[in-house]
Amino acid sequence: MRLLIENARIIDPSQQMDQVSNLYISRGRILAISDTVPEGFTPDQVIDGGGKWVLPGLVDLHARLAEPGSRYEGNIASETKAAVSGGITTICSPPDTNPVNDTQAVTELIQRRARQAATAFVLPIGALTQGLEGKMLSNMAALKNAGCIALSQASQPIQNPLTMKNAMAYAASNEILLMLRCEDDELKNNGVVHSGVISSRLGLAEIPASAETAALARDLILAEETGARVHFSQISTARSLEMIAEAKKRGLPVTCDVAIHQLHLTEYDVMDFDSLFNVTPPLRTHEDKEALRLGVKMGIIDAIVSDHTPLDRDVKLLPFGESEPGISGLETLLPLTLRLVEEGVLDLNTAISALTQRPADILGIHNGSLIEGHYADFSLFNPETPWTLDRAEMVSKGDNSPFQGWEFTGQIETTYFQGRPVYRNNQV
Amino acid sequence: MRLSTPNLQLNEQGKLRHFLTLEGLKQHHLTEILDVAESFINPLTGDISKVPSLHGKTIMNLFFEPSTRTLTTFEIAEKRLSADVVNLNIETSSTKKGETLLDTLWNLEAMLVDMFVVRHSESGAAHFIAKHVAPHVHVVNAGDGQHAHPTQAMLDMFTIRKHKGDIFDLKVAIIGDIQHSRVVRSQIQALSILEAREIRVIGPKTLMPSHPEALGVHVYDHIEEGLDGVDVIINVRLQSERMKSALLPSEKEFFNLYGLTKERLSYAKPDAIVMHPGPVNRGVEIDSEVADGHQSVILEQVTYGIAVRMAVMSIIIDNAKQLNAEKQIPKKVTEEARS
Repeated sequence: MRLLIENARIIDPSQQMDQVSNLYISRGRILAISDTVPEGFTPDQVIDGGGKWVLPGLVDLHARLAEPGSRYEGNIASETKAAVSGGITTICSPPDTNPVNDTQAVTELIQRRARQAATAFVLPIGALTQGLEGKMLSNMAALKNAGCIALSQASQPIQNPLTMKNAMAYAASNEILLMLRCEDDELKNNGVVHSGVISSRLGLAEIPASAETAALARDLILAEETGARVHFSQISTARSLEMIAEAKKRGLPVTCDVAIHQLHLTEYDVMDFDSLFNVTPPLRTHEDKEALRLGVKMGIIDAIVSDHTPLDRDVKLLPFGESEPGISGLETLLPLTLRLVEEGVLDLNTAISALTQRPADILGIHNGSLIEGHYADFSLFNPETPWTLDRAEMVSKGDNSPFQGWEFTGQIETTYFQGRPVYRNNQV
Repeated sequence: MRLSTPNLQLNEQGKLRHFLTLEGLKQHHLTEILDVAESFINPLTGDISKVPSLHGKTIMNLFFEPSTRTLTTFEIAEKRLSADVVNLNIETSSTKKGETLLDTLWNLEAMLVDMFVVRHSESGAAHFIAKHVAPHVHVVNAGDGQHAHPTQAMLDMFTIRKHKGDIFDLKVAIIGDIQHSRVVRSQIQALSILEAREIRVIGPKTLMPSHPEALGVHVYDHIEEGLDGVDVIINVRLQSERMKSALLPSEKEFFNLYGLTKERLSYAKPDAIVMHPGPVNRGVEIDSEVADGHQSVILEQVTYGIAVRMAVMSIIIDNAKQLNAEKQIPKKVTEEARS
């Protein structure tokens, strides 16, 4: 299958490219981006890309694909469909599946299901400790050999500092990337919302910023001491950003990401106890949101993630504190990131880079790029199409999005995975 | 940030449909409750007589958390309003699953319940229930987590008004566990809506909300300073769990630092009143001498509780009747115009 996309605006931060040109695809790979036809190329299909953008397939460092297990809604087939509808073609899936991904068998199961679905590239993240219990180390080398791109604790950070230090040291000697979300359980103290103005008014149990920053301080020191390569996941406070900026300045090989909803929502959104805004880490202050936005702009934050957590309606249909935290985020990652461009917070290159090249660099993979010879994973995006998010029309099996009714301009028309169309917007 | 949603507890005429929290209510809502409560009390005997206001209405007291005092007061209030009363105590553990809580609710609704009086251990539970009941069903919050206990706060306002004539311009000090108290959160809102001159909270940082300024109060670390020149002193019950979670060293030390003694009371205005939502821990929050002294209004508070709850429930039902009646008027008018 030979495909030609003509006259599209092709945006690829990995090549510092933003130009109107033609994209030539052959045998599932990028053949060329060029104004002239490559020798001997006759397309089977020509698509007019006039007025449209070609974006590299996005790389999401943290999205739950709900398989194996029934903890979350959906499965790898349904959630990879949701991913490509949002332009995401590479997904790291955290180990908090059921059973936990702490063995080769589970890793292979995930890979097999992803191959069967053939919708997007799935990179399993293995568990750093057995059963994610934070006590005994997982068989890290075996998980790495099975294909785990990194190891993490998902939503259950290791509390014991010695265990953490050992886990980091062992991972370092096996050259394994760790993805850690920092949270001190004791300081979290069963809290459900940020400790701030709104928690003070509503009497909801509070999570202080220190629950994140105290744990992050510990893990930064341990990372330095052990030489582990650590990526900090879903930071949520201004202080966390400062600490990581300082570590980077001192030359520590650390990176970090932020969940897209933290760049748009704040503690005030919890005002009427709507459990759709229950998320971990909690929505923080306006100042935190502004600092995190600046962090992305300045490049201190390397990547923006969906932190996709598809949930059953029943676990959200509860009083706030009893509801399950999490947002179904695959379908809003790109629109909400582009909204930051619209608002003048980010330039387009920085925004797309935080969704493609930079997360790929963290993982050491070549996805998220339109360089010649790479798999043709990309989306055709119409920047003019207005649309409104309607939970009832979400592709994901989890419709737990707090962005119901948000209006966006610009929509994915088609997403290609390895040169094949895996998503077409029916409205187009 | 989203625009704030319309106040869930007000109907389209801006009148009370539910009573969930005091936040967002206007002075006239609160004054109406106090005035109606006053009308239920016989000025000569102090008794509360039975009225037919809620005849034919069914009220269900839905308590997910144990309570004796609040439940009893509500029940008496409901019976004095001639309502049919059903009490339902539900173990929170059995409603951990979402369907169960909502299914329970919808099943009960189907039994032609007109009003739920709800107590629940989760902050926001009353809002949650109000969001999911049928439009004709009313919800009264009888305490949700650490969020609100609006009828208790209104009874405190009633008591203050009885003694001071008006809330306006008073200086009020609240002593003790502010952070974990739904009663205090509601009291503070009521006091600020009724334009108290100053609301002070007194206690150690471990018992304060993280952002007290968000409540519009002034924090005092030292009790003598905090009581200086106040008209009303409200004591808050100290739960023994606070010691276990290392928020306080001991009851004794709390009493030494924040206990209301006769000597400390002398910093307040000479005619200051002392209140306590009960049950009182003598020798922890308050000295017996003060609790039983002539400035204490602790016992009166219990009887006023019935009148205030009657007021809240009858206002809600009246508002609904009025709304229905007015919706039918235009039809009649057009019919008359035709004939």
